[in-house]
Parts: sequence; structure tokens; C-alpha cells
Amino acid sequence: MTLRVEIEDLAKHFGEIRAVDGVTFSVSKGEVLGFLGPNGAGKSTTMKMITGFLAPTRGTVRVCGYDVSTDPISVKASLGYLPEGAPAYADMTPDSFLKFIADIRGLSGADKKRAVASAAERARILNVMYQPIETLSKGYKRRVGLAQAILHNPPVLIMDEPTDGLDPNQKHEVRTLINEMAEDKAIIISTHILEEVNALCTRNVVIASGKVVFDGTPAELEAKSRYHNAVVLTVNEIDNTKLLQFVKALDFVADAELLTLGNGIRVFPKASAHITIALSERIREQGWEIASLYAESGRLDEVFRSITLPSTAGVK
Amino acid sequence: MNMLNIWFIMKREFGGYFATPVAYVFIIIFLLLAGFSTFYVGNFFARGEADLYPFFSLHPWLYILLIPAISMRLWAEERKSGSIELLMTLPVSVFEAVLGKFFAAWAFTGLALILNFPLWITVNYLGNPDNGVIFTGFVGSFLMAGGFLAIGSCISAVTKNQVIAFVLSLIVSLIFVLAGYGIVLDFFSSWAPQPLVDAISSFSFLTHFDAISKGVIDLRDILYFAALIAIWLFANALIVNARKAD
Repeated sequence: MTLRVEIEDLAKHFGEIRAVDGVTFSVSKGEVLGFLGPNGAGKSTTMKMITGFLAPTRGTVRVCGYDVSTDPISVKASLGYLPEGAPAYADMTPDSFLKFIADIRGLSGADKKRAVASAAERARILNVMYQPIETLSKGYKRRVGLAQAILHNPPVLIMDEPTDGLDPNQKHEVRTLINEMAEDKAIIISTHILEEVNALCTRNVVIASGKVVFDGTPAELEAKSRYHNAVVLTVNEIDNTKLLQFVKALDFVADAELLTLGNGIRVFPKASAHITIALSERIREQGWEIASLYAESGRLDEVFRSITLPSTAGVK
Repeated sequence: MNMLNIWFIMKREFGGYFATPVAYVFIIIFLLLAGFSTFYVGNFFARGEADLYPFFSLHPWLYILLIPAISMRLWAEERKSGSIELLMTLPVSVFEAVLGKFFAAWAFTGLALILNFPLWITVNYLGNPDNGVIFTGFVGSFLMAGGFLAIGSCISAVTKNQVIAFVLSLIVSLIFVLAGYGIVLDFFSSWAPQPLVDAISSFSFLTHFDAISKGVIDLRDILYFAALIAIWLFANALIVNARKAD
């Protein structure tokens, strides 16, 4: 594991507002770090500090060993950045835009040609290379921004909401592209689309009100859910309220509730244990026939709310 | 300072002028106004002299109106569209970006200026002008355009709004020109001490441009424009740095 991005006690205050307030985490090669948090939590501000666009109030950022406050040019040279909204020069064509980026990135001659062609191909924009960027659809604009970010094959890739505003197909394409590149890069993506946690990330950092409230794998994040390993059970022969009473009395069950939608109950295990088998055995012992039984993996939206809301409320 | 970066940014920016009709509209209006003012306001024929003084003497006034139209987009547009975040996270320094953009605008103005060459041909056809004087006139006008552009570039970094950038640049440019204009100086000389009047006058574009346009190359005039450009561009870089993320 090679550390590519190291962030320590990073903070940015705008007057009284503490947009980012002591954020610490690091990203290694091969990791795709999903940077989660509600709008206004400080995701973009943190990314702007990592990329050297904003100067931090406090703390350090090191990218590939370079300190962004003392050697911003080396930091900027070793990362690719897709800012929020994928800004570009609207009157240029993707072709001339990418060539400009290649120039600035120090590529010339055959290297430049190859880099532009490869980035355009990977971002799937080859068919719009000679149309002004301002005439392109949102999805294509985003992909032009992606092509720009990956053009110089940077060891570190930072993307601020790379799939925001894309349709499901485009989202899938962008995720595929990120997955393809994940192996030999350190990638940070910010998102508030929770399905991307499982689709993309090997690790998650959740921030709320400028502070890190979670740092771990997607599985660990899901495990924080009340619904993690909860079992949804439907038994046809008996009344749900009766079933509920029976289940609640079992020694491995913490709680149970009626499903708000559909027929059946949800059973919450003690200490998030796996109870599917034990539960089905007890039901069969009663001579009841199980119509359906499955365990839930945990609900990210619920975890997201529970870990980001309290601290938001605390600040106010 | 990486010269190549300045060159790449300049090239991109210069191309940007021609990506839209702006460049052509500007050049046509510049040529029309320059020609019109030379013949009608400057009395090119009636003076009966084979020189381009009527042409050059009106440049400060032309530039007040036209240069802010070029400079207003330099930074305001970057900030409005958010592309400044892209530019400033590429491995370039603020100074490289400021210089690249400034040189692009300056080169564009230079091109518009050179396209006035038919006037030079006309005056050579009609008489025997001192082409050295005409040459220094072009150089002086070009230098002065740089001064106006540096002011405009700096002001365009203050706002995201191009219209505000235009109006503010126009006003500041006007002040820099008027500081040497007779009426204004008379107003000051009636009550202010002479050194102050001289100081105000020495800040004016008119004072420094007038000599050059008559063919007198004084190092002080050239230094004046060079220093003026340097100071405004330095301020420009500071402003970009401070306000890029707003």
C-alpha cells in the first residue's frame, strides 16, 4: 500500500463558518475513496484544498509526497481533477480543449497525440471531438471533464460528483471507467448518491459539518445500519400480530416490527447477528410454513441520516 | 516562471477571440472608428501634412471605449463559468496565467492596430512622410494599449460580471487619460500647487503617449508604460489569487 494522499487536521474557515473543521484521512494506491456527506458538509471545500485551489486555514495536504502549501505545482502535476460541474472552456471543441490540457501537462508530439486519443476514447467522446463544448449535452460535458482529468494518467484522481446529473446509462459508463482505472491510482470521488458506495468505492469517508464522522469500508458502513442483518419474514398461515409476539419472545431477537408495506414482519437480531437459520428453525418447530425469508444488508440512506444529522443539529 | 505555460495560455486565449464573432466585430469597429476619426475628427486632409498624427492622437479615446471590451472577459468569464477552478488546478502559476491572458489580449490589439496599414500606405502614396515617426507612433500606441489592457485585466478579476468589468475599466481608463487633459489640468492648477499638477499630469497616458506619437522616444515614457503594466498585472495576480474561489 503506497500512500498517495495524506490529509491531516485540514480546516477551512470562512469567517465564522467552519466549512471544514479538522479533517484527517489518507488514500492509498488502489483505493477508491467515496467521500460522502450532505450538501454543504465540506466535501467540495476539502477537495479544493487537496487540489491547491483553496488555501487551508489549518492543516496539511500531501499528494504523492508533495506538500500542497510549499509545492503546489508538483501536487497539481501529480493529480487529475474534475471540479464540480465539470467546467471547461465552452467555446473550444473537446479536441482543442484536450490538446490545450496536454500542452499544459507538458505532453508534446506523439505523447500528446496518444494521450488525447486515449483519454477521449476512455471517456467515450470520440464522436463529439469537433463540436464546441457549449453545444454538448450535460453527459458529454461531464465526460469531456473526465477526459481532461485522466489525460496525463495521473497517480491521483479527484472527482467532485462525477455522476451528478447523468442518466442511469451514463452513470454506469462513468462508474465502469472509474473501476477500470482504480487498480493503479488513488481515487477520491465525492458523491451523495449512496448506490455508488457499493458500485464504486473500496472505502468511505463520511463528513458532516466539516468533520469526519465515519471512515471505513462500505460493508462497515452498512453494518452501522439498524437494518443490518435484519430479517424480513412472511408466514402465511398465522396472523402477523401473533407471529410478532412469538418472534419477540425468542432469545436472539432484539425487536420486531410489522412491515409498513406488504405482508410480513421485520426481525431485528441482537448485536446484528446472523439469525436467518435459527429463525427459520424455530418457525418450522411451530409447524408453520415460511412463505419468504431474507436478510437485509443494511440501509445506507438510514445510516447516512443517522450519522450526518446529529452533528448538523448540534452545530445549529 | 515557465515561459511555455505562458505561451500555451496565450495561444488558447488568443484562439478564444476568434472562436466567436467578437474578434471580427471588434476589428471592424476599430478600423471604422480609427479611419473615421482620422479623416473627420482629425482633419487628415485639411492639415495638409504627410503624417499620421491625426490617427494616433485619437487612439487614447478609442482605446477608452474599445479596450475594456477586450479585457472585460479575461477573468470575469473564467470566474463566472467556473473554468478558473480548472485553470488554477493545472500545474501553472497565477503569474503565468495572468501574463498568458494579458499577452493574448495585447497581441490581439496589436493585430487590430497593424490592420490599419492602409492608412500608412495612403499617407505614403499622398506624400513623403517620416516613416520612422509613424513607426514610433505604432509602437507608442501599442504600448499604451498594453497599459489600458493591464488596467482592464486587473479589473476583470474583481468581478464575475463582464458588464461591470467593462464599465469600471472604462471609468478607470478615462481617469488615466483625463489626468493629462488640458481642461482637467486647468481645473487643478487654479488651486493646487504646481508639483501636484505635474504629478497628476505625469500619471496620464496622454502626457506619455503624445511625445511618442510625435516620434520622440523618451526612455521615461517607455518605462512609464512598462511600470504601469507591471503594477496592474501584479495587482491582477493578487486579486485572482484572493478571489478565485469566491
